[in-house]
Amino acid sequence: MRSDKQSRTPMGLKIAAGAGLAFLHLPILLIFLYAFTTEDKSYQFPPPGLTLKWFAVTWNRPDVWEALGLSVRVASISTVVALVLGTLCAAAISQTRFFGREAISLLVILPIALPGIITGISLRSAFNLAEIPFSFWTIVLGHATFCVVVVYNNAVARFRRVSGSLIEASMDLGADGFQTFRHVILPNIGTALLAGGMLAFALSFDEVIVTTFTAGQQATLPIWMLEELVRPRQRPVTNVVAMVVVLVTFLPILAAYYLTRDGDQISGQGK
Amino acid sequence: MSATTLRTGTGAILPGRGGVGGALSDAFWRNPKLLLFVMLTPPLLWLGIIYLGSLFALLIQSFFSIDEFSGLVVREFTLKTYGELLRPSNLDIIVRTVTMAGLVTIASAIIAFPIAYFAARYAKGRWKAVFYLGVMLPLWSSYLVKVYAWKLILAKEGILSWIFDKLHLTFLIDAWLTLPVVGGNSLSLSLTGTFLVFVYVWLPFMILPVQAALERVPGNLLEASADLGASPRQTFVNVLLPLALPGIIAGSIFTFSLTLGDYIIPQIIGTSHRFIGMAVYAHQGTAGNIPLAAAFTVVPVVIMGIYLWLAKRAGAFNAL
Repeated sequence: MRSDKQSRTPMGLKIAAGAGLAFLHLPILLIFLYAFTTEDKSYQFPPPGLTLKWFAVTWNRPDVWEALGLSVRVASISTVVALVLGTLCAAAISQTRFFGREAISLLVILPIALPGIITGISLRSAFNLAEIPFSFWTIVLGHATFCVVVVYNNAVARFRRVSGSLIEASMDLGADGFQTFRHVILPNIGTALLAGGMLAFALSFDEVIVTTFTAGQQATLPIWMLEELVRPRQRPVTNVVAMVVVLVTFLPILAAYYLTRDGDQISGQGK
Repeated sequence: MSATTLRTGTGAILPGRGGVGGALSDAFWRNPKLLLFVMLTPPLLWLGIIYLGSLFALLIQSFFSIDEFSGLVVREFTLKTYGELLRPSNLDIIVRTVTMAGLVTIASAIIAFPIAYFAARYAKGRWKAVFYLGVMLPLWSSYLVKVYAWKLILAKEGILSWIFDKLHLTFLIDAWLTLPVVGGNSLSLSLTGTFLVFVYVWLPFMILPVQAALERVPGNLLEASADLGASPRQTFVNVLLPLALPGIIAGSIFTFSLTLGDYIIPQIIGTSHRFIGMAVYAHQGTAGNIPLAAAFTVVPVVIMGIYLWLAKRAGAFNAL
């Protein structure tokens, strides 16, 4: 009797959990509605009418395309750098035991554990001290620094599941280190790296706090949005861009989820 | 066949590959420390030199001061800038930010708990995935878009006013806005608005660790508590909450730290009262007072240092 009652979900909990999820999602859905509004002077609700006009207007705006292009280039290069550095670090941390291991794993997490403004201002003042002019590469430098941790986390979690005996078996069968990496390790950690890379891309594509400090005159898409938020010029265009940004970041996250979903079994431990 | 012949390749099953690749591979196999060194050098160079170097440079600059007449930075060690930090107006900013961070943390913990508990204990199969993605998507979706959505919601002509108007409850908003401190001209120009947006934006960071902690609570513990005659409330206070606490503390590290350092949310939704992040931004930008900006950034670092130390003692890191 008693345990029967326990297994049913209490109504209050259901409502609270559902309301919490609604609280998380309704504001984002609202963005989709506003992308179609005919109102262009205020944030009036409900929208007086719906139109597709602003999609065409946004399509023909060169500044939006420029910002989008810069964001994609920055995110791609930062992701590549983060993939290399994060994988190396994860491999070293998970495959070996050495002095200072804990310190290194802390160092990797630090850029994301400290508030972004600290990373931003310290990089900016370092660039000033070293007299490095702001450019595309200073943005990449900042982004790659905090993207490493995302790749690292994904790779470390997967390395933990790859049984060490697989690598030993490969070596016993005559493969050298590089062959083992190419044919045994890489296929095992591949999806984790892909997922980590996608999350790093989403993180970089969206980053604004560090970027305000490390970008000079160039505007990435988030910087463009921030300027529109502080000093609105054409609200409907901002609405459309916001909707596109939501869609662009959702896809890699969904993909990353499906890539890492089935990784619960330990490879090489099955019968 | 002994190990030595294997290594030299003469008696191996397959002949050695030879060339640079083979030689390197052999060297790494003979000396694992060399491989470790090669693997760790690039990330350590990047993070150690670029990142830690910059942090250190910033820390040093907080001990410099600014010449009041010329406005130039004097590169001599002094504690003058820290003295300036303790002025009442600056202390105000620090107290306001820490209070906001504390309130945001408490509110997120309260909203996060039912979601995390439902997802950990009752959601099965498909619903589990729905809840997981339901938290992950808002967590990863664009920060600025989320802030922008709240600008739409809280605007005077926005959806929230509309709902209250339809329910004939507009007087409630008006009454709330006339209150000191939390009030303002409209919801998007009040500290209440700032608070709401902070809670919204950081909430997923609280849900995930709490859920991880609750997943580890065995269901039969709760049944045992009920069998022994505890009411649901007693079970919650004496069994569930203590077991979930490390997860809540782990989540609070994020909500607290992120609120301490944010300068964009209070700038877009809020009053003219400053937060630490805004003060840092203003001092390093137009004012050009890098030493004071640097000293300001030391505040969240010190607070987070103490916080992390306490959290570690409470065992929160096992829940991450």
